[in-house]
Amino acid sequence: MSRLLEVDDLRVRYGKVHALHGVSLRVERGTIVTVIGPNGAGKTTLLGAVMGLLASSGTIRYDGADIGALPVESRVAAGLCLVPERRELFGELTVEDNLRLGAFQRVRRGERGAANELGEVYARFPRLKERRAQLAATLSGGERQMLALGRALMAKPRLLMLDEPSLGLAPRIVRDILRIIAELRETGVSILLVEQNARAALGIADRGYVLETGEVVLSGSAAELAGNPRVAESYLGLAGDRDQGTGDRAQKNPKPETRGQERVK
Amino acid sequence: MSADIVLWLVQDGITTGAIYALLALALLLVFAVTRIIFVPQGEFVSYAALSLGMLQTGQTPGTVWVLIAGGAIVAVLEGASALARREPARLARILAVYVAGPLAIAALARWGAAHALGLWAQMAIVAALVVPLGPLLYRIAYRPLADASVLVLFIVSMAAHYVLSGLGLVIFGGEGLRTNPISEARFDVGVLKIGAQSVWVAGASLVCMIALWLFFEHTLVGKALRATAINRVGARLAGIPAGLTGSIAFVLAAAIGAASGVLISPIATIYYDSGLMISLKGFVGAILGGMASYPLAALGALGVGLIESFSSFWASALKETIVFTLIIPVLLWRSLASRHPAVEDEEE
Amino acid sequence: MRAQAVLAAALLLATAAAPLALPEFYVTLLNYIGLATLVTLGLVVMTGVAGIVSFGQQAFVGIAAYATAGLTTLAGLSPWAGLVASLAATAASALLLGAVTLRLSGHYLAIATIAWGVAIYYLFGNLPLLGQYSGIDNVPPVSLGGWAIDSGRESYYLIWTFTAAALVAERNLLASRLGRAIRALRFRAVMAESCGVDTASLKLLVFVHAALLAGLAGWLHAHFLRFVSPHAFGINAGIDYLFMAVIGGAAEVWGALVGASIMTILKEWLKDWLPAFSQRSGNYETVVFGVLMLLLLHRARDGLAPVLARLLPEGARQRPAQVAAPAREAPPPAGTVLLEVHGLGKRFGGLVAVRDLSFAMNAGEILGLIGPNGAGKTTVFNLVGGALAADEGEVRLKGSRIDRLPSREIARRGLRRTFQQVHLVSRMSVLDNVAIGAHLRGGRGALAAMLRAERDEERTLLSEAARALDRVGLGEHLFEPAGSLPLGSQRAVEIARALAGDPQVLLLDEPAAGLRYGEKRALAALLDRLRAEGLGILLVEHDMEFVMGLADRLVVMDFGEKLAEGLPDEVRRDPAVIEAYLGGEAGDRGQKNLKPETGS
Repeated sequence: MSRLLEVDDLRVRYGKVHALHGVSLRVERGTIVTVIGPNGAGKTTLLGAVMGLLASSGTIRYDGADIGALPVESRVAAGLCLVPERRELFGELTVEDNLRLGAFQRVRRGERGAANELGEVYARFPRLKERRAQLAATLSGGERQMLALGRALMAKPRLLMLDEPSLGLAPRIVRDILRIIAELRETGVSILLVEQNARAALGIADRGYVLETGEVVLSGSAAELAGNPRVAESYLGLAGDRDQGTGDRAQKNPKPETRGQERVK
Repeated sequence: MSADIVLWLVQDGITTGAIYALLALALLLVFAVTRIIFVPQGEFVSYAALSLGMLQTGQTPGTVWVLIAGGAIVAVLEGASALARREPARLARILAVYVAGPLAIAALARWGAAHALGLWAQMAIVAALVVPLGPLLYRIAYRPLADASVLVLFIVSMAAHYVLSGLGLVIFGGEGLRTNPISEARFDVGVLKIGAQSVWVAGASLVCMIALWLFFEHTLVGKALRATAINRVGARLAGIPAGLTGSIAFVLAAAIGAASGVLISPIATIYYDSGLMISLKGFVGAILGGMASYPLAALGALGVGLIESFSSFWASALKETIVFTLIIPVLLWRSLASRHPAVEDEEE
Repeated sequence: MRAQAVLAAALLLATAAAPLALPEFYVTLLNYIGLATLVTLGLVVMTGVAGIVSFGQQAFVGIAAYATAGLTTLAGLSPWAGLVASLAATAASALLLGAVTLRLSGHYLAIATIAWGVAIYYLFGNLPLLGQYSGIDNVPPVSLGGWAIDSGRESYYLIWTFTAAALVAERNLLASRLGRAIRALRFRAVMAESCGVDTASLKLLVFVHAALLAGLAGWLHAHFLRFVSPHAFGINAGIDYLFMAVIGGAAEVWGALVGASIMTILKEWLKDWLPAFSQRSGNYETVVFGVLMLLLLHRARDGLAPVLARLLPEGARQRPAQVAAPAREAPPPAGTVLLEVHGLGKRFGGLVAVRDLSFAMNAGEILGLIGPNGAGKTTVFNLVGGALAADEGEVRLKGSRIDRLPSREIARRGLRRTFQQVHLVSRMSVLDNVAIGAHLRGGRGALAAMLRAERDEERTLLSEAARALDRVGLGEHLFEPAGSLPLGSQRAVEIARALAGDPQVLLLDEPAAGLRYGEKRALAALLDRLRAEGLGILLVEHDMEFVMGLADRLVVMDFGEKLAEGLPDEVRRDPAVIEAYLGGEAGDRGQKNLKPETGS
């Protein structure tokens, strides 16, 4: 069984308003799958439902088992982790406490070596080690994203879901984060990536889904999607830019990317 | 007013103030972790005091019935959810924890009432009776509404207060009780005679506060509670179960309530309905600390004790009125010092 | 409407005939229900609708009862003078309590009301002047032109006249301009402020008016029972009143009647029934009430009124008649500078959200504000609209500074905004939601609303709201609950609400998100028309096609700073913009491992 995550006919509504109508999606082991789509398409809602933060109908199978009825903490214990768009750090705790709490489920189950990950996370993010005694609220945007990622890694995830990890970060830091995401795949972690930067996301992903108004409208390998004229026009800002990035004014207006600002409530 | 009266009032105020401070800490703890304004906190105090009183008069405290009934309700709730999740294997554990456990404690209390035990053994039985009520109450009344707004949870608290104080009347009756002090000794310090019970109260409060501090600063579970208080979504995503942190907060609250009850019962007569007033005095202190700072809350509650002590000397009939009117200048001060946005939306 | 009128008439008749047909005991019970309904009515509006929780209404009942009992027995004044004194005393104490607590989060007020209730109870019980715990007796009956209302049956008519009048008045209030704003207080106070509602004053008004209803009940209580004692005003009475409001629910004013009836009758019944189980006397009924309340909160948090409402015939609302638009200020000529932002800065803790941002917008212009997510665009909106206070810099609207003003003042000066996350009162109709936008175009107060003396103004406001909804293409959906519309339409309602305020500057935060192609074109056409009418529109939008085709100029933000500014074509060619937006290498279609290059 090589599929780590199988989502079928997932539906979420807020009151009478449907945010997702019947989304199906697969994540194979050891791959990066990206979900792109315009603002308000329901990308964050999708991650929230898979994580168990939002009530949904349909089936969510993880590692062969239906996890639809499990609470969030059991999903974390099973190795399903979400790094949310808003990071959701513990601002008045130190960096190190934030990280240690990421391993809460593992410590609680008495897992040996739950603390060893701390060294690994510090090795991956030396910046966090420098700041380990600092309160999380005092960190810069990039450091916060590293801490959010580090906290999730402390849980030893098998499927890591990332919601817009590049949000508000300088390009250099985005590059670092994306490199780390690609490295994680090499260590066997599967990744479900929601990313505003469709170009970057398709660049590192194996597969992709395009979500629009709560439905999957396109899916395929990342290369296929990147080559699909509709995706190129809508999300990659490539329409008419045949040769260089300066844009061709004779062509349609570019629509570089769109972003999910929907909030999980 | 002579100096020795002042000193005596100060001593009296610090003694009760120390207990209010403990309660303020418990109230703050529960609010921070669960967003619950835990009005029934005072009921743990009265239940503990009255249970101790009944044990000392050789009766089985009626608390056992509340404990058994609460356990049974939780067993039904948990059993139903275990069956709904098709996990019948959990039923045995549920029965052991929520049915056999309370029955065992009840049997212990019955035995304890029949034998003239020492004060410390009686206190241990009281703790065994009262502390489980905290997590049971949380499971029955609050957990199904964990996502509700602060104000809905507040109304739940008032309903829980109604149930607990009404049951208190049923099981303890309308008469008040006072229990034997830990020590009857008195120390002469200059002009002042200090009762050993006062020293016990102040000392025990201090020990509780230090223990709480150690728990929050130096244990992972303590930090998980703080993390939940700081960011609920973040805590859930880190795998910290909201039900667990809520239960722990309620265990601590009930333990603090039980400790306060056995400490206060030798120096004040406690009735079945004393809980609300005691809770409220804790709240006045907690509000003084902005419902956020533990040291300020403890100091505020100590202040409440002092004001109560002095006003009972000057105008004993208006003592309660003075203490509770105090909340208005306190809130005025908070309102002026508040950095809260003037406009905020309640979560829907 | 027909069926409702018949029902109301039947109810009125039954109410009038009840004392003639019922034995004295039941008349007295109905009198208690009437008194409790009055108090609960205030709570339904205050707690159920506006979200302000008070457990201390019994203190206001008590203050009023003691005021009138004291003045009529000790000073020998007429009960009517007592009424004035009662209401004045309640209003004064509610003003004091409200002023110190309403600025804080809701739970402070709730705790304060409990503490305050306890304080008042002990005050009544300990003041020798007020008869301590035995209270004041021989309170004179109310007399009406020589007719002394001193029997239970006569009191019934007095009590129920006031209660019925209060029910109608509250219903009218909730259906008015102020009522709409009150319904926004609980979940949408930020939106209400952005429409010019002074939510702090409105909360105080709601609190004081609920206290006055309690005060009225206190006055009736004193003269109906002919004596007052502290026991009626203990803390449990306050909890009971709140429970009545919860039982009835927030949806309808008559929920107060339902809640008060159920609790009063149940209490009477339990008093007879419970002592059979126990030899001792006491408040055993609290256990039953507490359990009932827990079950209700767990199972039907909205109370019973919505459940009962489903059984009633539904009245259809009619589209408001078209009324001539109220006079409006002539829009400034196109090209005049409307909005100037200079050196704006804002930080959140360690994060710089906006730094040294400057731009200007003219009348008759659509200015696009674009930039990657997290660039600070929404923060700029909040700073300009007054929802956040800037750390540095200044904002000018038509030449005068607005950066220190609250959003309601900025709204008054002609600036309206929409929210990225729609801020609608989801249970209220689309029309009522939009009419909140027109709040500042009316000025009649609560009393006029209760007496329906503001109908002319109301017609104008609703007509303006309907007109705004027509403009955004939702004229067919006036009476649907706003929360039931699809997200795209909800965004359109936001725009209609802004337009109902007749603004000169419009701030739109991602209005096209979630819209379908046809809806986007309609929106673009609308914004185009608004521009032609002389509005200045600041538009945050991610849909580049939409913004490029519509905006006259663009300001591009990145990391809180202005990256570029100019005509859409210039901006699109700007290498810095391309790098920020596309992460560099914009032309490498299909290439793997596209990494965003360039430093910041």
